[in-house]
Amino acid sequence: MQRYVLRRLGQAILALFILSILIFVLVRLTGDPTLLLLPEDATAADIRRLQHALGLDKSWPVQYWIFVSNAVQGDFGHSIKGQIPVGDVIKERLPHSLRLGAASLVITVIIALPLGVLAAVNKDTMLDTIAKIIAVLGQSLPMFWVGIVLIQIFAVYLRLLPSGGTGGLAHYILPAFTLGWWLVAGIMRLLRSSLLEVLDTEFIKLARIKGLSDGRVIWKHALRNALIPVVTLGGIYMAILITAAILVETVFAWPGIGRLVYESIVFRDFPVVQAVVLMTAGFVICTSLVVDILYAYLDPRIRYQ
Amino acid sequence: MARTHTLDVPVEAAPGRARKWIQILRRAPIIPLVIILLFVGTAVFADLLTSHSPTKVQLPKRLRPPAWTPKGDWTYTIGTDTLGRDLMTRIIYGARVSLVVVGLTLGLGGGLGLVLGLLAGYHGGRLDSFLMRAADITMAFPIILFAILLVAILGGGMFNVVVSIGVVLWARYARVIRGEVLSLMQRDFIARARVNGCSDWRIIAVHLFPNVLNTLMVLLSLQVGWLIIVESSLSFLGAGIPPPTPSWGSMIAEGRDYITRAWWVSLFPGLAIALTVLAFNLFGDWLRDTLDPRQRQV
Repeated sequence: MQRYVLRRLGQAILALFILSILIFVLVRLTGDPTLLLLPEDATAADIRRLQHALGLDKSWPVQYWIFVSNAVQGDFGHSIKGQIPVGDVIKERLPHSLRLGAASLVITVIIALPLGVLAAVNKDTMLDTIAKIIAVLGQSLPMFWVGIVLIQIFAVYLRLLPSGGTGGLAHYILPAFTLGWWLVAGIMRLLRSSLLEVLDTEFIKLARIKGLSDGRVIWKHALRNALIPVVTLGGIYMAILITAAILVETVFAWPGIGRLVYESIVFRDFPVVQAVVLMTAGFVICTSLVVDILYAYLDPRIRYQ
Repeated sequence: MARTHTLDVPVEAAPGRARKWIQILRRAPIIPLVIILLFVGTAVFADLLTSHSPTKVQLPKRLRPPAWTPKGDWTYTIGTDTLGRDLMTRIIYGARVSLVVVGLTLGLGGGLGLVLGLLAGYHGGRLDSFLMRAADITMAFPIILFAILLVAILGGGMFNVVVSIGVVLWARYARVIRGEVLSLMQRDFIARARVNGCSDWRIIAVHLFPNVLNTLMVLLSLQVGWLIIVESSLSFLGAGIPPPTPSWGSMIAEGRDYITRAWWVSLFPGLAIALTVLAFNLFGDWLRDTLDPRQRQV
């Protein structure tokens, strides 16, 4: 177990390292950012002075070292657009994304858990079919389009809900639902098939023979085991949630990190793009690491790969 | 020698590989299959299906509503977009763009995964562990984020999109193919080929490759739906196929500012994506169920 953890940890660190180098190199390969920052009639001397000020005239390995040592201290440079430190920009937008993520998770748990269990227990009935349809649609319909259609229906025609931005509870409903539909689909399907497998096992049959009521058998004993793969899938989904959030936040004009990525790309605000991509990818790598270790802990078979 | 009586039993040769596939496909669900064929057909025969141009700007005709509404007319069946181009035409040509991008990406990712998986499985040892470690690290990168970054920095365009997705995609295929190769290597016919003096390349190309092809094809077909969504998401964000080339994702983005007065501009491309992806997903689910019920899951 320890060897597996160390191995995965090493891979994660290596991945982060490679990622940082990749981002660093790519940004510098696209040309001289000083040309973007200066007015057109800047002289060569001006350009050289700005380069020196930004530290761009040093060799790449030195620049990389400065980049990393600054980043580790939380200094990611300044946003080209707002002229404020990137760290401040992120600090302002992150809570909104986290809140949206939490809302989506709540919706997911409330809908996917009962639906998954009911679908498994009432296999092949109308309820199961409805659940399957919801799931397949959730995974096939493009998230950003669903958001737009929902805005058209609920905000434009019915005027029931706001069409964007953040605020009270009403503002959370459409974005959380859009983001959540996809989550619900995946989790519900996995829960259903996982529960079906567990319900087939010997120890469930024993519980039934012992005379335990159906309710206890399903909700207390079977569910606990069926949830293991679901939880690990949920961990994987956390990572995907970030990229999905980019789309949903853009559609609903949500002031979060996802939309920040989009805006800074459109504006070519490289310090922000660098920092946010590094942060989010780093988060994804860490979550994958945690999920893998958790899974290895719960299921000893995969440690021996 | 005694004479043996031959039984009057008709002997059938076992069907060849292609025949087997057709037999399997006969039991496939019809509606998804039809939609898939429709998608491919539309993409291939786009020029024949419509006489309008997908890219020529006609500002006087902008934002015409669909034909069945009061102000619509049948030259523009489902209306025109923000620059006066016929929406139906753009959707038809958009199918071609989607097909090409997905095809190229699967080709790149699948090809890389195939080659690296074969090499890793066959040679084993240091090459194998190096490749598998590289694969694990690659799989840790979130695709859309990486693609956005790459495109933001290098610019849009089909080449960049295909490369940025393909470069992350190979890892999963390589792992699976390597597993297949490892189990194939246990079989006798590989050992016999070696004893017969087959060179390494010949073994890989002639003996291993045809046998892993099946698995690879199934894997690739399962990913088509997801790839279409990834491509349209990138185009929606402006990090994919740049205008004026019609891509379903960017068409939805174009219509976003007009959802109050021109609902059709965003709705129909999205419908196209939804139907196509649905068809591919349903077909993929059925394929996975028929071929290996144990893998039936998410």
